[in-house]
Amino acid sequence: MIQVNTAKFSLILIVIGAVIMAFAHWVHVDYLFFASYTILQFIVLATAWNILGGYCGYVNFGSAAFFAMGAYSSVALYKFDPQSFEFCFTDSTCMSFHFLDWAFPIPIPVLIIIGGLVSGIAGFGMGYLTLRLRGSFFAIATLALAVVLQTLVVNWDFVGGSRGAYIIRPENMEFAGIELNYIEYLFALMLLLAVIALVTARTIERSQLGFGFATIRDDELAAEASGVPTLRLKLIATTLSGAFMGMAGAPFPYYIGYLQPASAFGLEYAVNSIAMPMIGGTTTWVGPLIGAVLLGSAQQYATVTISSAVNLLIVGLMLVAFVIIAPNGLVGLVQERLRTWRKP
Amino acid sequence: MSALLHVNNISKRFGGFVALDDIDLEVQPGERLGLIGPNGSGKSTLVNCICGTLQNETGSVYFDGHVIDGLPAHQRTHRGVARSFQLPRPFHSMSLADNLRIPLLYTVRAREGMLHAHSDLEGRCRELLDMVGLGAKAKQMPRDLTQVEMRKLELARAMAAEPKLLIADESMAGLSHSEIEDILALLVRLNERGITIILIEHIMSAVMSFSQRLAVLVSGKKIADGKPQDVVRDPEVVRAYLGQ
Repeated sequence: MIQVNTAKFSLILIVIGAVIMAFAHWVHVDYLFFASYTILQFIVLATAWNILGGYCGYVNFGSAAFFAMGAYSSVALYKFDPQSFEFCFTDSTCMSFHFLDWAFPIPIPVLIIIGGLVSGIAGFGMGYLTLRLRGSFFAIATLALAVVLQTLVVNWDFVGGSRGAYIIRPENMEFAGIELNYIEYLFALMLLLAVIALVTARTIERSQLGFGFATIRDDELAAEASGVPTLRLKLIATTLSGAFMGMAGAPFPYYIGYLQPASAFGLEYAVNSIAMPMIGGTTTWVGPLIGAVLLGSAQQYATVTISSAVNLLIVGLMLVAFVIIAPNGLVGLVQERLRTWRKP
Repeated sequence: MSALLHVNNISKRFGGFVALDDIDLEVQPGERLGLIGPNGSGKSTLVNCICGTLQNETGSVYFDGHVIDGLPAHQRTHRGVARSFQLPRPFHSMSLADNLRIPLLYTVRAREGMLHAHSDLEGRCRELLDMVGLGAKAKQMPRDLTQVEMRKLELARAMAAEPKLLIADESMAGLSHSEIEDILALLVRLNERGITIILIEHIMSAVMSFSQRLAVLVSGKKIADGKPQDVVRDPEVVRAYLGQ
């Protein structure tokens, strides 16, 4: 097999990304950007989920919560206007935020980093509180986190509460002298994020960390006995996984234009981030990528031809089919075929 | 000479059930200790308390002159306590060589810093597999192994952590006579390299030929501790095993 190191792999992915970008720019159909953005977003989400769910074997049902935290941190920073916002301790002593004028409006790459930080910290906290639980108990705890957070956001007026929030995005964006349509700009950012997520996942897989994650998935007791600090590794996984989900969510309000809790915490994020790695295969970085492209395109196609309401049905049916036909996902299926083929 | 392991009056209860009651046990460096007792007498609980899988409620465990109470299991492994599990628990998604790579990466490297180069790791895995006679199967998966090979893998993985103390928890149960001889010979070889070994076993012939000293647990209490020949004649031990 050809050995490809991380630097070369990153380069290959960046080149592929650039080709996709150039092609999309040349075709220049806004819908193409709009649809592909969703697929790229799911690549990031699925890869993020897989760091905890695939590598460590901890099923996270609360992906939507981390995604929404990223999205809502962007909304909060969009709503926060240092020109007019004042924080009053009493009637007379107020704190103004004029000193922050220079930073606003915050560019989206910075929002992505902030979203990642917020969700990463939340991931660390969740991990610390729930990692003593295993199996379905852990999954239920993460689901509960999503419910609690949604309730908080629904009751937080500043970010629109249950009414939701409008984000008015600029028409165009100038980037390195090229005039870009704003959706094209968002697409480019998500493409870059997908590349970073895939490179991170692949790097982890091949590192000491990846070996450690796999021991946690296989047998935690034996891992500890071999000297693996399981709690620390699991916290690294929840933090990284949460951070990438938050980063995927941060540009979402700008993409969608109107964000409400029901859509940010939507069931489809939780279900898709689990289904995509499962369908693709959970043990390698390729699995979530294949799953997200396959399922994401199928959903986009269904949205246009039938209705967006069919999306979850598609996911459900494919998941059932794959559990029966290929329990280790497409990657697992191919690996198995190769093994039997080589060993007649 | 001070003891390598000193279990100082530890107790452990599960709800109302007293699993370990004031156990006191010393193991000298380089010693081969046999630990026996009927089912449910607390042998595995004692091992778990020494290795950090469970935490003892009273008393302390001293290892190499330091208290190791409260330390998580992986830190005790770093300090030099290694164990094999009663039922083999290999990392089933990894090849045999990768199974051994884990303690090398996480324990030996953590202990010695980054001295071990990558190529060195491969060689070391191979060396350990050769030691237990699994060298030819380095690339195979644990599911391809027989029961006795699985036990050997378990011991090799424990050895990969380069321990000072090895606790072999029923590593011969269910094996045939010749397989038992195989494992015993392996354990003796390890002991000759200076590793202290606690052997927990039901098979008396194996325990008797291996142990220099024998300790007996019954219902969470240590009822005997001494030369193997004397211990098996102890009336209390006989009563525990055969009834009155």
